This record gives sequence, structure tokens and C-alpha cells, in this order.
Amino acid sequence: METLLQQTVNGLVVGSVYALIALGYTMVYGILGLINFAHGDVLMVGALVALEAIRLLQIYAPELGLVPTLLAGLAISVVVCMILGYTIERTAYRRLRNAPRLAPLITAIGVSFLLQTLAMIIWGRNYHTFPQLVSTVPLEPIAGVFITPVQIAILVVSATLMVGLVVLVNKTRLGRAMRATAENHKVASLMGVDTNKIIAATFIIGSGLAAVAGVMYSSNYGIAHYAMGFMPGLKAFTAAVLGGIGNLAGAMLGGIVLGLVESIGAGYIEDLSFGFLNSSYQDIFAFLILGIVLIFRPTGLLGERVADRA
Amino acid sequence: MKRTLVALAVLGLGASAVHAQEVIKLGTAAPLTGTQSHLGKDIENGVRLAIEDYNAKGVTLGGKKVKFEVMAEDDAADPKTATNVAQRLVDAGVKGVIGHLNSGASIPASRIYNEGGIPQVSPASTNPKLTQQGFKATYRTIANDVQQGLGIGKFAATSLGKNVAVIDDRTAYGQGLADEVVKAVKASGGTVVTREFTSDKATDFAAILTKLKAAKPDVIVYSGMDTQGGPMLKQIKQLGITAKFITGDGGCTGEIIKLAGDAISPNAYCTQPGLPLDKMPGGKDFNARFKKRFNADVQIYAPYAYDAASAIIEAMKAANSSDPAKYAAAIGKVNFPGVIGTVAFDAKGDIKDGAVTVYQFKAGKWEPVQ
Repeated sequence: METLLQQTVNGLVVGSVYALIALGYTMVYGILGLINFAHGDVLMVGALVALEAIRLLQIYAPELGLVPTLLAGLAISVVVCMILGYTIERTAYRRLRNAPRLAPLITAIGVSFLLQTLAMIIWGRNYHTFPQLVSTVPLEPIAGVFITPVQIAILVVSATLMVGLVVLVNKTRLGRAMRATAENHKVASLMGVDTNKIIAATFIIGSGLAAVAGVMYSSNYGIAHYAMGFMPGLKAFTAAVLGGIGNLAGAMLGGIVLGLVESIGAGYIEDLSFGFLNSSYQDIFAFLILGIVLIFRPTGLLGERVADRA
Repeated sequence: MKRTLVALAVLGLGASAVHAQEVIKLGTAAPLTGTQSHLGKDIENGVRLAIEDYNAKGVTLGGKKVKFEVMAEDDAADPKTATNVAQRLVDAGVKGVIGHLNSGASIPASRIYNEGGIPQVSPASTNPKLTQQGFKATYRTIANDVQQGLGIGKFAATSLGKNVAVIDDRTAYGQGLADEVVKAVKASGGTVVTREFTSDKATDFAAILTKLKAAKPDVIVYSGMDTQGGPMLKQIKQLGITAKFITGDGGCTGEIIKLAGDAISPNAYCTQPGLPLDKMPGGKDFNARFKKRFNADVQIYAPYAYDAASAIIEAMKAANSSDPAKYAAAIGKVNFPGVIGTVAFDAKGDIKDGAVTVYQFKAGKWEPVQ
């Protein structure tokens, strides 16, 4: 029982980070029909910029406390990533807006390589130690479950941002314009929506979320390096597809479900398969679930909101 | 450059003094440029010292006095470059090769030496595959990962606790080493309570560590690299696991200490093939002579390179010939006291009774415990 509870907590922590990244994929897909493979690398840039900012702050403003330093580093990295997101959209994707779908997809992969290589040149190939400013010492175990303050912070921040995003999309003018653009660019622009601006805003918001996810990821594991965006990016993309790409609630659900499936799968796959499979099948287990879901629900758990697009 | 000039001058003198001498070239290949160049130079210098010692003593083969010469090549720690320099050495007619450093360089190069009929003795490559390719004259003077796995498993089960959990990263190195650890744990009377797997790209180990915690191990063996080991130590602490931790040479670095931060404690151990220099039978004397000759400290591999070169020359003496076809088989039969201990090889070409040293984390660094 203890183990099951602990695995659930592990899964929720990992899953909420996946969910936050998946939102970036799903927002862009919902509006442009583009799978932005560079999204995971924006996360990496977010983590490394925050690392650099925190290092500088610790040298030049050592009197700033731990949490304010982290928040300042986070703010800087969010701003840098927002600018980066805008730049990527403006230079790489906007020109290809009306090109065949394959062109922006290949470009996205290219941007991903470009970001990784640039980061490798700037920060080198080595793993960096990410300063863990929120404590990673576990709290007094509750029912045998260990949880650290940084993990609690991850859960709270993710939940807050997700709720905030849902409010933004459903209750604000910008959100309404985003939904209109997602439904139909041309009609939206005829109705007076500046679609270019809305698309740029989508990239900016998505990149900001990626930066937060990157900082949380690195704060939890205490490391950052130039290739760190690949795995979480891939997992978050899977989560977005699992939940129904293009659907915000689906991305969140997909992220959490994927996190839980991975963690519980790794913990119990050996017992469930009577010792035939083991934890090296952790990822396969997650993709198996994805496959089964897609066979029965081809548009994912919650389905794509704009179903007529495909 | 200066050294080359000196070497050339010495060589010139030698050649003019004794006309009847036959010159035998021995090759050495290791990274002499790049981040591992200090280790590569260590190997080259070890070989040089051995050859100078034999030249000073004088060796007679087939009734003729012979003189040894070194041909040193830079493989840049790169598999492709390694095959190029291997070909160059073969073409230059060297009679034997001491090298390379990296398993990734030694393995592809060994094929070329084998085809050229040149014996190869590696002073540094630990991947078991090197000597398992069926090549007749591929040897090494350093313990391989099978021997290391044995060392880890035995130490874990006898000194750290009976219940052992094993995690590996599913790479050729990690998996190979872990398999040997499992065998050794069982042979030493321990129990492998669980075996878990991760990948060399993973950063989250919470799921497998939680499962492992339920199995209540006394010690966790991690077979993989330092970049995963650091975050793993952190997560072990975060999950409130108090088991001891031991890892192989992939994690026996300063990097893991840096990455683990405050999560590493004297509960953490690691292993390296070979003995620390001051524990080797000929270590102290070797260190002093090496320092005097090259004005540099022994890094790691110089004693192994010295003994590798000695093994080749001893085999030539035994066969009374420098013809690789005649003396190659004799390398497998050598048995002499070297710097690292008794130098003798098993049927595959691995050093017999290869030593493995266990280190413990103490006061910010790895300290040898036995």
C-alpha cells in the first residue's frame, strides 16, 4: 500500500510536469495544426538561462534569499523563452504558414537541432548542477510516503498555471480570439481578429510555460544540460496525443495519466506479467497504453476539439 | 619537439656506436590530443620507460643484439582515427602494439592488428568484448569489466549487506557489468532482491527506486555512468532510502560527487580496475623513476603500459625472435613480476587475477578502502 501511494505521488509529480509541457504542444497544434518539435528545447533553454541567471544573482546579489533568487531566475528565463518563442514563430514558421504541412514540421525539427547545438556551444556538453533553492530534503513521511518541498511546489505551480490557462482561454478576449483562430483562421481574420498576433501570443504563452516546466524539472533533479529537452519533450508530446492533441483539458489529463502509468507500470509490471517483463519495459508500457487508447479512441481520451480539421 | 630532438640524437648515437644492432619498432596508440591527452601521454611514457630499460640491459634475439624503438600515434580517443593509426602502425612494420586507451578505440583497431598479424596489448581498455572476438594476439594488462563486476558483487555481498538490489542503464557497459555483479553476489552468498533497469538518458528514477525500496535492500549496485548516478543518489535520499550505494568505474569520478551534491555520503562506494599506485608491488620505485625521467606524475595507466611493453619483449625473448608470427603465442605464456604484480594472461588474453580497488566517499573525495 505504501509503495502504491508513493508511486502515485511519483507519478503525479512527473505527470504534472508532462502536462505543463503538453499544453504548449497542444495549443500550437490546436491553432496551427503544427507539431512544434522545438518545444522541448525551449524547455532546455529555459532551464539553462535560469541556471545562468541564478549563478549571476548569487554572485552579485547574495543577500537575496533562496526563494526570491529562484523566482527572479525564473522570471528572467520566462521572459527570455517568450522572446525565443516569438522569434521562432516569426522567423521559422510564419513564412511557411501556407506551405504544405510537411514543410513546417521539418522546420520544427530543424529548429530543435539548432537550439540544441547553440546550447551546446554556449553551455558545453557537460551536465551542470542546477542550484536546488527549494529544499529537496523529504518532509516527515505521511503514511510512509516521502515528498519533498520542491515536489509540492511543482504540484501547486502546475495546477495554478493550468487553471490560469483555462481561464485565459475561456474567459478573456484573447482567449476568445485564440478559439476563433483555432476554429478557422480566415473567418476569424474577417471578423477582425489579428490572427498573426494571436498565433504569436500562443507561441509566447507556450514558451513561457515551457520555461517554468524547465526550471521545475531542473530544480527537482538538480541537473541541466543541452540535451535535457528531448525526453520530456517526447513524453509530453505523447501525453498531448493521449489526451487528444489540440485539446487543453486533454493535455492535462494525458500528462497526469502518462505520469501515473509510467510510474505504476514500472512498479508493478513485473508482478502483473508474472515476472516475464520488468522495469526496462517502463516506456514500452506507456506506449502500449497509448496504442490501446488510440485504437479505441483515435482522437485521444478527450478528443480533438476542432474535429473537422483533419 | 625538444624531446623528439633529444630522442633522435640518442638514436643517432646508438646507431653509430653499434653497427650490428637490429632495430625493432614497437607501436603505441592513445589519445595524445584532446581532453584525455594526459592519460594518452601517460601510456606513451610508460612504454618509453620500459623500452629504455630493456635497451639499457641489452636484449639478444636469434644471436643478434637488438634495439627497441617507439612509434607513438595519436588516436584522439576516436574510433575512426583509431583504425587509421592502427593501419599506419601495421604499414610501418611495427612488431607489436601497446594501446589503445578507450575500449571504443581498442575494439575496432584490434581487427586491423589481427589482420596485419601484429600482437596488441591494451593497458587501459576494460570492455570484455576486446578479448572475446576470437583474435589470437589481443591482450590487456588491466582488469576487464567481468573482473570488476566480480569485485563489486563480492564486496557488496560480503562487506555491505546480504540483500542486494541491482540497477543498470541497459548500455553494453552497464548491462555487461551488472550481469557479472549478479553472478558474483550469488556466488558470495548474497541475494539479489530486485533487478531494475533504466536508460542512459533517464533523469527520473523515482518509480524504480520506490519499487526497489519495497524490496528492502541493504545495498544498491548501480551499473552505469556518473551523469545518471548523481541524480540517482539525490532521489535515493529524497525517497528516504538508507541502503548503501556502490557503482563501477563509470560512476567512480569527481563528476558524480559534483552532481549528487549533499546527497552523497560515506554510504557511497565505487570501484576502479587496478590498484592504486602505492599498493602495486613495484609502484613506489616506478613512480620515482617515472618522475625523474619525464618530470611528470603517473596518471593511471603508465604502469600498465610499462608491463604491456615488457610482456611483448619478454615474449620475444622466450621465442627468441621478433617475428610476430613466432612470438605472438608466447605472450600468452609469459609469467614475470611486473610493476602491477605478476603479469600472466588467461586463455582469452585477459590479465590473470586482475585487481579491482574499492573506493569510499570520504571528506569530499573517493578514498581507497582495500
